[in-house]
Amino acid sequence: MLRYSEVTPKDVYLNRRRFLATVPLAGAAFFTTRASASAKLTATKGPFSTDEKPTPFQDVASYNNFYEFGTGKEDPSRSAGKLKTSPWSIAVEGAVAKPQVFDLDAVMKMAPLEERIYRHRCVEAWSIVVPWIGFPLNTLIKVVEPTAKAKFVAFQSLYDPKQMPAARYAGIAFPYVEGLRMDEAMHPLALLCFGMYGQVLPNQDGAPVRLVVPWKYGFKSIKSIVKIKFVEKEPPTTWNLSSAREYGFYSNVNPTVDHPRWSQASERRLGEFGKRKTLMFNGYGDQVASLYAGMDLRKNY
Amino acid sequence: MTWKRLLSRRWMKIPVFLLGLAPVLLLAWKAFHQDLGANPIEFITHATGDWTLRFLAITLAISPLRRLLGLPELIRFRRMLGLFAFFYGCLHFTTYLWLDKFFDFAEITKDVWKRPFITAGFLGFISMAPLALTSTAGWIRRLGGRRWQMLHRLIYVSAIAGVVHYYWLVKSDIRLPLLYGSIVLLLLAERAVAAFRKSRVNLGAWKSGGGNTASISKPRASSSAR
Repeated sequence: MLRYSEVTPKDVYLNRRRFLATVPLAGAAFFTTRASASAKLTATKGPFSTDEKPTPFQDVASYNNFYEFGTGKEDPSRSAGKLKTSPWSIAVEGAVAKPQVFDLDAVMKMAPLEERIYRHRCVEAWSIVVPWIGFPLNTLIKVVEPTAKAKFVAFQSLYDPKQMPAARYAGIAFPYVEGLRMDEAMHPLALLCFGMYGQVLPNQDGAPVRLVVPWKYGFKSIKSIVKIKFVEKEPPTTWNLSSAREYGFYSNVNPTVDHPRWSQASERRLGEFGKRKTLMFNGYGDQVASLYAGMDLRKNY
Repeated sequence: MTWKRLLSRRWMKIPVFLLGLAPVLLLAWKAFHQDLGANPIEFITHATGDWTLRFLAITLAISPLRRLLGLPELIRFRRMLGLFAFFYGCLHFTTYLWLDKFFDFAEITKDVWKRPFITAGFLGFISMAPLALTSTAGWIRRLGGRRWQMLHRLIYVSAIAGVVHYYWLVKSDIRLPLLYGSIVLLLLAERAVAAFRKSRVNLGAWKSGGGNTASISKPRASSSAR
């Protein structure tokens, strides 16, 4: 079967001429700056992939929640283009034996890149299927050697008002922060992600590095990560700060616990007319249900 | 003067009608060309909801504009504009019933009771229905001007419920709901001011002995302060 990573995305294909035309001008700089959002990224086939049909690239790259770039679904694809994604570094700190600031290129070399086709369910009751490219988050975690005090992992997105002028109208506090319990972060499904559809992440999808936590609502999969901190207490998370009764720390996909303002029982897969039943843990229950054994998921929504 | 004459022309209703129809035609055009974005049903829901609220505000703006611009002729277009608000409200409601809930009435009933933003939207929509029904000259006659006018003040409920519906729906960026809210509030405030002024004028006329009870109620009855 032909995999997504083997297909030249249409954008790359169309941009090739433009790319060739700019080579004499841009020269080698192009390769070091990762200037083109459609630069190719190769990966081997990873585990846990669904055989469901991936959502068209165009939809995934034009229908985004990335409030730093505006609250309309099409705002990020229009205004995130100018985000400078190189050079990029990630500060890893807190309860770890080896705190350090990584250059993105160094992080990307920590493990072979895998392509994983995951379902992605937004808290707003729409969903997509995306061939992500990355490797398990636990790879990075093992490198920095968390201490016994590391019970949670806190993540922080880039916040640069100069590059994100629309952020001030978003109505939520920035920088965007998210968090996972240590066992969630170590779970092999949790992906540190650099690309999708055989290319580096478009800026609006969280370039140059994001999290993908497929059994949780999309907002847990934080974008454009600049800081990872290992902590002892449950860290604050952006949407929970915005409205605690609507967005919990765990935010596992759960069709039986409604959002106060809408039902979570079903979802609209982009590109489909009808609605689908939402699956517990977004269909990843076999892998992750044991993480929450004995927990009341109505209280820990 | 030219405006007055233009607005009085019989055919002027045709361009206003076509303008009112333009948003749904544009929507149909975009749908035909598959240009509704990644989530077409959401696009349709939002577009029809936006236009319901806009036409409610435009309809509510007629009376203040008549007073402020001295253009009583604008009254000719009010019914049509109000019916457009109802029309877009119907499209919005149908989108919800059909494309969002697929006529699952058990689920819909639950939604209307359980989710305040749906309750508000439903209230706003339902309040428009009797106004659309009684929008004909025959119904004005049957109800009598005053009672008809009272009934048609339900549009205030619709507009306020519509804004609340929008405000409760958004996740965090409240700029647009606030904008619509401010416009509706301004349009209602103008009415309050106009009514207050009128009562003072009437009171003044009564005090100076220039009027009787009949002249107090008469301008009110013929008033268009709706």
